[in-house]
Amino acid sequence: MALADMRRPIESGCPDGFQYMHPVMIRNFGQWKFHDHPRPGVLRHVANSGETVWTVKAGTQRILDAFTLRKLCDIGDEYADGHVRFTIRSNIEYMVDDGAKVDPLIEALEAAGFVVGGTANSVAFISHTQGWLHCDIPGTDASGVVKAMMDELIDDFKNCNMPNRVHITTSCCQINCGGQGDIAINIQHTKPPKINHDLVANVCERPAVVARCPVAAIRPAQVNGKPSLEVDEKKCICCGACYPPCPPMQINDPEHSKLAIWVGGNHSNARSKPSFQKLVAAGIPNNPPRWPEATALVKRILKAYQSDAKDWERMNEWIDRIGWPRFFELTGLPFTKYHIDNWRGSRKSLNASTYIRF
Amino acid sequence: MSKQKHDTPMLDELENGPWPSFISGIKRLRDEHGDERVNGIANDLLGQLEHSYETRKGYWKGGTVSVYGYGGGIIPRFSEVGKQFPESKEFHTLRVQPPAGNHYSTDILRQLANSWEKWGSGLVTFHGQTGNIMFIGSTTENTQHFFDEINDYGFDLGGAGPCVRTAQSCVGAARCEQSCANEQKIHRALVNNFTDDVHRPALPYKFKFKISGCPNDCMNSIERADFAVIGTWRDEIKIDHDEAKSFVETKGRQYMIDNVITRCPTQCMTLKDDDSLEIDDRNCVKCMHCLNVMTKALSPGDDRGVSVLIGGKRTLKIGDLMGTVVVPFMKLDTDEDFEHLVELSENTIEFWAENALEHERCGEMIERIGLVNFLDGIGVDVDPNMISHPRESSYVRMDGWDDEAQKWFERKQEEKRSTLTAQAG
Repeated sequence: MALADMRRPIESGCPDGFQYMHPVMIRNFGQWKFHDHPRPGVLRHVANSGETVWTVKAGTQRILDAFTLRKLCDIGDEYADGHVRFTIRSNIEYMVDDGAKVDPLIEALEAAGFVVGGTANSVAFISHTQGWLHCDIPGTDASGVVKAMMDELIDDFKNCNMPNRVHITTSCCQINCGGQGDIAINIQHTKPPKINHDLVANVCERPAVVARCPVAAIRPAQVNGKPSLEVDEKKCICCGACYPPCPPMQINDPEHSKLAIWVGGNHSNARSKPSFQKLVAAGIPNNPPRWPEATALVKRILKAYQSDAKDWERMNEWIDRIGWPRFFELTGLPFTKYHIDNWRGSRKSLNASTYIRF
Repeated sequence: MSKQKHDTPMLDELENGPWPSFISGIKRLRDEHGDERVNGIANDLLGQLEHSYETRKGYWKGGTVSVYGYGGGIIPRFSEVGKQFPESKEFHTLRVQPPAGNHYSTDILRQLANSWEKWGSGLVTFHGQTGNIMFIGSTTENTQHFFDEINDYGFDLGGAGPCVRTAQSCVGAARCEQSCANEQKIHRALVNNFTDDVHRPALPYKFKFKISGCPNDCMNSIERADFAVIGTWRDEIKIDHDEAKSFVETKGRQYMIDNVITRCPTQCMTLKDDDSLEIDDRNCVKCMHCLNVMTKALSPGDDRGVSVLIGGKRTLKIGDLMGTVVVPFMKLDTDEDFEHLVELSENTIEFWAENALEHERCGEMIERIGLVNFLDGIGVDVDPNMISHPRESSYVRMDGWDDEAQKWFERKQEEKRSTLTAQAG
């Protein structure tokens, strides 16, 4: 096609949400009075006008095929009011303006295999990255890890049996697109990249790769007479930051790319300031198709939290109260030298007091 | 389907169990879809994914794909094992900006599904971690056709690469009583001011806007956004005293003390002998906890606005950073207020674009040059709300002290004057 015939894009940016919003939400925009939680998976919001909107939340497989998307739409038309939204954790929410519609809607969703829940102090749907299905640098398949794990955590999604909400995330590399969570299951590489020196000069912008390394372990070098890059393996922290800009520096390893578990990430300002997640377990095998070792550890941590935390305590607040020694005791996880931070600012993580629980 | 189906013994294991299975979904596209093109893509995609499961490695590599007139918005994916799995060998993702607040009608979702089946794989995610609708799996050529079609009915690409990225906002004022802002308006005012910087990646690295209507920060903006806008208020929490009393009656005194009073981070709440609630609002830090627990009795005050925190980001390269308070409070009532916010974002991006190293996020730049230099660059005065505590090290040259102290007193006087004028007016 000649360039002149090409269609110019309309740079409309982010669309206006009001055109798709439920009318009761438009009418009461900014005028809501309170909400309550009639049952797991359902929220009821009441406006100053007296109007009410019920929200039914359902978990899905996140990667939706067109058939599943249409089924969700069919349910929305037959049992709800034709307006939906998606949460930040990829749950679908149906809004209805009549409480009588709630039970039939839940029945229809469950009959179609969707899972109603994910509200209040439940284990929310695991927010995750793409993995082997689509990413160019993945160490694992987050979608598969999540499916296998949600099969085991489904009752905690459908019920509200936790002290407070539990947000779980997974990431397929150490960039950690999955984000911060009460529990995070992330790839942790344990060996330096394997370099294909025949390809580096042609594929990689070498100075950019050198600059990308967080610990300055990469330098330009001639290898077998070809310009390439070499890694000081004593300095290398095996983070994989060099791999995206330089694919011949393969960081993923079928055996040595492991899973690690981090806990206590909390984005909310409620009760305490937002917090980042902390390492608790590593060396977990990256074991498709169902990653049973990772799931078992997550369940063990959840069990300790559920039985020992007080109402409203998030994972980080529970551990702040009981202390890290007790956390390792309750979960039976080993405490190792790798738990002690040595990254910049790490002294702030050391105990400079006599606050010790005996 | 005429072609041989790939065996997928490992993926089949992910069809077991009660949670909905994405593998079953891809198989439906392979086995039940009316278009052979879609069947073929799904079959080879499953084949490649099974290969990944067997070898524990990924087989996609990037490249350069965009639509006419733009430089980004597509995640190009070419298969490294395309000879074995030819029908999914080009499997690009289009990042499409969702409507603010992620609202959809079933009609528009169907329309998107129809377009996507025509030009793509039929696989879609609402939404990716940045907040885009992810249309997963299209050829280079069809990427353009699909974009042309959905762009005609109001959808536009999001960001990919070193550019302003798709923004996210919570449900907010549309459904939540704790919302202190018009999240959708802020969302669109900010990101749609930068469409050029969304579509044509030319910044040092990514730049993300996220908007939460209250400090519960459901969008995780402090931890994930370069520019976080969070609704808040500065007058008193509104107490419905009858509801508060009935809460104590229903839940009990002990519950009230253990779960509300003592959970306040600044101990600014008192439960009095007659079971009435008193709040020392001067010391309330708007953490939201008591409002979350007592949704009927407590609500945000009426003098609402936003706080702006700048510089949040994930691990690469210097470690995780949270955003830092740059604007403790600003009103967002008038057009002028909104212009002020947009101007702040423009100044931030402009200063960062000029001063950041390649692949350096805004927060990393601030870490490198110090908050004061950044504030200087964007024309914002220092404020004690920006810090947890003042400096602990004496290793700093302070011969400008008198001038700086003078500036502080002058600013305080100016604030006092304008408050008095406002009260008089």
